[in-house]
This record gives sequence, structure tokens and C-alpha cells, in this order.
Amino acid sequence: MTVDYTLKAEGFNLFYGEFHALKNLNLSIKRNTVTALIGPSGCGKSTLLRSFNRMNDLIPGVKTEGAIFFDGEDITKETVNLVRLRQKIGMVFQRPNPFPLSIRDNITFGPRVMGEKKSDVLDEIVEDSLKRVGLWEVLKEDLNRNALALSDEQQQRLCIARLLAVKPEIVLMDEPCSALDPIATLRIEELMLELKRRYTVVVVTHNMQQAARVSDETGLMYLGELVEFDKTKKIFTSPSQKITEDYVTGKFG
Amino acid sequence: MTPRRAEHVAIGLMVSGAFLALAILFFIIAVIMIKGLPHITARFLLDNPMDMGRAGGIFSTIVSTVYLLVVSLVIAIPLGVGTAIYLTEYTEEGKITKIVRFGTECLAGVPSIILGLFGFILFVIKLGFGWSVLSGGISLAIMILPVIIRTSEEAIKSVPQAFRDVNEVLGGSKWQGVTRLVLPNAAPGILTGVILSVGRGIGETAVVIFTLGTSLRTPFSIFDSGRSMAVHFYILAREGISMDNAYATAAVLVFSILIINIFSYYLMHKFVEARR
Repeated sequence: MTVDYTLKAEGFNLFYGEFHALKNLNLSIKRNTVTALIGPSGCGKSTLLRSFNRMNDLIPGVKTEGAIFFDGEDITKETVNLVRLRQKIGMVFQRPNPFPLSIRDNITFGPRVMGEKKSDVLDEIVEDSLKRVGLWEVLKEDLNRNALALSDEQQQRLCIARLLAVKPEIVLMDEPCSALDPIATLRIEELMLELKRRYTVVVVTHNMQQAARVSDETGLMYLGELVEFDKTKKIFTSPSQKITEDYVTGKFG
Repeated sequence: MTPRRAEHVAIGLMVSGAFLALAILFFIIAVIMIKGLPHITARFLLDNPMDMGRAGGIFSTIVSTVYLLVVSLVIAIPLGVGTAIYLTEYTEEGKITKIVRFGTECLAGVPSIILGLFGFILFVIKLGFGWSVLSGGISLAIMILPVIIRTSEEAIKSVPQAFRDVNEVLGGSKWQGVTRLVLPNAAPGILTGVILSVGRGIGETAVVIFTLGTSLRTPFSIFDSGRSMAVHFYILAREGISMDNAYATAAVLVFSILIINIFSYYLMHKFVEARR
């Protein structure tokens, strides 16, 4: 049986001006799995995540070498359609950041910028997206409420729903729970496990227990290099690198 | 002097400075109100001036003022907000932004009498608009442009970067981000700049006297000349036509600014509330 990879980095390097931030990365991410990227602050894990949907393009002076393939296409090329790429590979940020609009308008924002105008289609998207993040039952009566009135956890779920509304294949999450309390964190983790049935999830996290709980595979990054990438179980029980063992046992980081 | 004592003296000076500033404001308003209010009647507001403003009211000057402000805002808001969007969203900080910013600073520093003369030569004479609401509106727009650019820029910068990032992630173009997220969230700040501009424009005489003219008739067409309240006040006082009517006009002017301010802040508050 061949393994179905959706994202594949080959000899990928990234420079912020002179600074070599990502060094010769090679990794493959399997479809319908949760992949965790861990490592100490400044190791490049968020930069790598942002490379998957070219969000680093917003920062002046970024250059890349090597390739990242998404469904066989090199997405680091100049000619890539960024709007289409970002629709396929979406991202959830560290802090919940709903727009100061109604719940409904938050979710329909993506479909509307893509030109969807029919209100029955939009209604369907709202219901479907909210169901997928477990908010529909709670909020179906309050769709016109301002999203900023929700709790932090609900706001983060809403941000995920807002992303799912544009029908991505991959959901990138950049420390999605770092602004949440422990109970909300657990519930978002359950949501990640739920999401992997339909989507591929890549999550950057500082929290090693989180990586252990939710991910199928884990990559440890250190000083811009991918030190080890393997099944999560193996990373946490019998890592092959000394650095990995030291990091997951809390000796540094 | 001990440090403690120095501190007491410093605080004393600062507090009296603050009170002095406030006192001056109250003094000015009090003088205008005491001298002006007794002469304000419904007829004064609704009648046209007669006998060069010695008698009658100020209706035509109110119309001229409002007309002039509307025309100048219609020109200055799109230009100013457009410039601000360009500077903040569409260019990186560099030579061009520095030059544009420096240019607007210089524009803000041009004395209004010079702007008036410029407007007179270019719009009134060269382009043949004559003394008109159009000439006055464009000239006034040039004067308030720097204020609108500056405040809009600040307002746009204060919109969280996260909104732009999410817009990108959801596949929105830059322009969609600007129209759907940045501008609506920057609107209260932009409105503040517009209020400031209205405050400056409503009291402006030097620019207006050269470009709108001093005609006491009520302007209808954009090519008609007129006389703004500030100019009317200036002429009544300068030529000693009627000090009573001059003060009454000044009182109306001060009241208008007050009402515009209160109403705009009320609108802004509503707007912010509605989005919460």
C-alpha cells in the first residue's frame, strides 16, 4: 500500500535577509493525520508552518530555496495562485481573532470574498461549518450576535469554523490553544481529532503533552533544523536522537 | 530647594497652566455668548442679510458655509483616505512614503493666506471658476487634506494586523480586506479626522475670502459665489458695520462647531456600539 502524502518539503531552506531560519528541511505529511511540530521558541516551527501557505510572503526580505509540494505541485514557485493555495491550505492563529462582526458574517466572510452571494447557500455553509466545530447547537439561535461576545474557546472554534467555510484540505494551527484555559484546550484537542477525519491537520505547539495527545506524527525542530520526524509514540518513548530525548523529557526548551 | 519642594512647585505650575488654558477657553466662549446671544433670534437665523449685514439675518451665510464644507469634504475625504490607504496598505515604508508624508507635512504648514492666494490665481482666474463654491471648496479641501490623511493613516494603522492575515488566509484580495475589514474598523478614527477638518474649515477666512468671495446672496449652483459665516463675521467687525451682528454670527459659529462635535461623537459611539 502506498502512503498518501499531501504535503512534502524537499531540501527546503528559508532566509530572513541574511538569517538562515530553516535549514534543508525534508518531511512528508500524511493525509488525514494530525502532525505536530514541536521545539523551543525561535526554532522555526511557526516559520515552517507559515511556509506551507506562503504567509511568510507578507514579511519583506524572505527568500526560499528548495521545494514544498502540495498534491504534486511546487507551491514555492512565483507562479502559484496564492488565493487558491490559501483556500486549500488554511490557517488558525495563536489568539482567537474573530472579526468584530456577527457570528454569521464571520463565517460567510470567506465564501463572500470568493463571490458567493446566494443567501441559502451561505446559510448552509454557516450551519455546516458550525456543526463541524460543535457550535451549531449552542449558537444557532444567536447567529446575529457579535462574535466578540463569545468566550475565548468559542471564539477559537468560530475561527476554525470560519476557515472550514472556505473548504480547505489542510488546516494549519499555530499554537491554537496557547490563549485558552486547560479545559478549553482539551476540548479544542478533541476537535482536532474530529477534524482529521476530513482534513489534514498540522499543529505547532509548545505543549508537549498536547503533541503526545493529539498527533499521529511529530517533528522536533531545533535551531532551524528538523532534528527528528517520526510516529509520535516513537518520539516520546524511544527517540533516536539525544536532543529529542532531552527536549521531550524537559531537560531544555 | 529640596526635591520634595521642587516637585510641589512643578505640580503647582502644571496645574495652574492647565487651569489657565481652560480659563482662556471659557473666557472666549463667555465673551462671545454674552455679546452675541441676545441678538440671536429665529429671524436672525432665517432671514437674509440686508443693508450689508447691518440688518436682517445670516441665512445666506449659513447656506454658503454648509455648501462650502460639503463640497470640500466630498473632495478631501476620498483623496485623503485614498492616500492613507496607499501609504499604509499598498507600499512598504521607504522613499516614496517618506516623500509623500513630508509633502503632506509641508502642505499642512502652508499659511492659509497663501492657499487663498493660490486658489484665487489658479481656480478663480486661470481655470475661470470665478469666486464660487467650487473654487472655495477645492481650496479648502487642499487645506484640510493633511489633517484627513494623518488621522486616517493613524486609524488604519490601529486596525489589528490579524484581520489582514485572516483575510489573506481566507483568500481575500488586499482590496477586499481594505473595504470589508480595514475601512469599517478604521471608520471611527477617520470620522474624528473629518470632524477636526470641519472645525478648521468652518472657521477659516483667509482661504475662503479669496475663493468663495463675499457675495451675500444664497448660492445655488456650484459656480455661484457666497459668503461664509466666518467671512461675514470678519467683514462686519473689520468694517465696523455692526458689532452686534458680528458677535451674534460668531456665537452661531461656535454653537455649530459644538453641535457638529457632539453629534459626530454620538454617531461614532453608535457605530462602535453596533459593531461590538
